[in-house]
Formats: sequence, C-alpha cells, structure tokens
Amino acid sequence: MTPRTLIPLAIFLLLVGLLYAGLHLNPREIPSPLIGRPAPEFSLPRVEDTGQTFSREDLLGKITLVNAWASWCVSCRAEHDMLMRIARDGRVVLYGINYKDELADARRYLARLGNPYRASGHDLSGSVGIDWGVIATPETFLVDPRGIIRYKHTGPLTAQVWREKLVPLIERIRAESGTAQERQG
Amino acid sequence: MTGRLAGFVFALAVAAVAGPAWAIVEGRDVQPQDFRSEAEKQRFRHLIKDLRCTVCQNQNLADSNAALARDLRRRILDQIQAGKSDQEIIDFLVARYGDFVLYRPPFKRSTWFLWLGPFLFFLVAAAILVAIIRRRGAATAALSAEERARLDAALRRAARDRSAS
Repeated sequence: MTPRTLIPLAIFLLLVGLLYAGLHLNPREIPSPLIGRPAPEFSLPRVEDTGQTFSREDLLGKITLVNAWASWCVSCRAEHDMLMRIARDGRVVLYGINYKDELADARRYLARLGNPYRASGHDLSGSVGIDWGVIATPETFLVDPRGIIRYKHTGPLTAQVWREKLVPLIERIRAESGTAQERQG
Repeated sequence: MTGRLAGFVFALAVAAVAGPAWAIVEGRDVQPQDFRSEAEKQRFRHLIKDLRCTVCQNQNLADSNAALARDLRRRILDQIQAGKSDQEIIDFLVARYGDFVLYRPPFKRSTWFLWLGPFLFFLVAAAILVAIIRRRGAATAALSAEERARLDAALRRAARDRSAS
C-alpha cells in the first residue's frame, strides 16, 4: 500500500462524507433574507372579526410570534398543540396570518382546536404571505418589540425548536430591551 | 417523541376525515388574454423561466402548478403592467425569498465556489494530466547509454531487413 494507491480511497471517503452530511440537510430550510429586517407593512381583516384589522402596528412593543397557518394545512394541525402551549406560556404573544383560507374554514378550525392567537389576519389572496416570504405553511417568525424579524422557523414548531432556538432568542431580546419591558410593566 | 407521533397521526386522521371540506384558496392564474402585447408576453415568459418555484424547488415558475407559483406569476405580470423593470421585479422576489429564487444566482462571496468550482476542477484535472504526460516524457528521455545502444542496434537491424527484402 503506497500513499498513491490510497488516493482513490481518500476521494471515495470524502464523497461519502459529503453525501452523509447532505442526508441531514433540510432543503426546505431556505435562509430568509427577512431576518434582521423590519417586518413588512401589512393590514388584514381579522379572522375573528373582519370589521377589525390586524397590522404591523399590533406587533410593536412586545415580543411576538407570527405564525402562517391554514385550515387545509396538515402540518399546522401537527403543531397546533405546541402553539396552544406557547400561548399559555405567555413569554410571547402569538399572532396568525391565515394563509389562502376560506373564512368559514378558518373559524371552524379555531373553534374546534382552540385559538392560540391574539389575532389572525385573513390573507385570502396570499399576498401578505408573499411579502413575508412564506413558502409553505406552517412558518413561524419571531419578531422583537421594535418590529424586527429575528428568526424564522419553517415547518411544524416542535417543543425542541421552542426550547433550543426560540426561548434562548426570546431571553436575549428581553435582555436587549429590558428597560423598555420594565417601563411597560 | 411518542406525543409528537401521536399528534401527527391524529392530524392525519383529522385531515382524512375533514379533508375535502378544507381546501386551499386557489388564486387565478395568468391567462393568455391578460397580456396586452406580444412583447409583454415575451418579457413575462423570459422572467419566469429563470425564477425558481420555492415550493417545488426543482421547477421554475413557468412550469410549476403550485398555488404559490400561480400567485407569483400573477404578481409578476401585475408588476410588468405597472411599468416595473425586470431588475425591479427580480429584486422584489429576492427581498422576500433570497437568492434561492434565482436560477442564475449573482456572483458573490457565498456563491463564488458555485460559479468557479467547475473551472477549478478543470484546472486540477488539466494539471494532473500535464503531470502524467510529463512523467511519461521524462521516462523515455531517461534512456541509459546501454538502452540507447540496444535501440540503435535494433533499428539498424530493422533497416537492413527492409532493404534486404
């Protein structure tokens, strides 16, 4: 075995390593260019009461989770229990963007499974979804009190994502804006 | 873990039971009569050919039938008709979905290897090829005096045989 005969083996092992790493990548996790940027301006009628609006102003002054959901979205149901737990936890306020959904379906869904959102905007055409860069529901954005998007999670929100990604970031945002939070009481 | 699995099974079961009742609201796709001119149609086609459908990932916006692809096609035509330039429309999409939407990503720090990688591989291959050829050349050049004498003798013999026949 001379070093030269080992070259093909080395190349092979390198390839195996690359392919193995590739197995654990999620092609759905496309880095969002919106992170670190202000949440887009929008104004939508609320699912709960279409006479009222849900807009960017509602997100300011507190840490919020904005969750794009739909009644027809199976993965949204999978994460719904987790959203209910987060709503009870109280560290963030949950808002929804009800994406390309019939109003009646959306209301029925919330009535049946519970409503974790302070409000959901009814985005019938999906155009607000486009402004938020929503690719496929469910997607969840963490927005800080200044209205800056700090994190995006694609796919169902799990206890692990909440614990390992969102909570540490929420703590950091709280530390950053500690004085602002205190003033609010 | 079992809770998550149970939740997923439950979700599937609910979806199976209630499936037909809940459906995505389909937007109206771009129709041939929406184009105001042939030039506009060509511009639209040219734009959507090089833009990736972010849902289906391996299709462009022209080929995809996903709901989001329809909405984006509609949005792109609206912007063309609002007098936006191609670059403005591309910037609009990149601001929302990142360079991922482009089938021709821009040349920058995170993409240099993507663009130059094939040429680098070609250079490495060419270097290896040159090295191999050089080594073979060196092997023939390095005939010893005795080898040269034997070769000369063989050549003379061959020349004699040819003239004899």
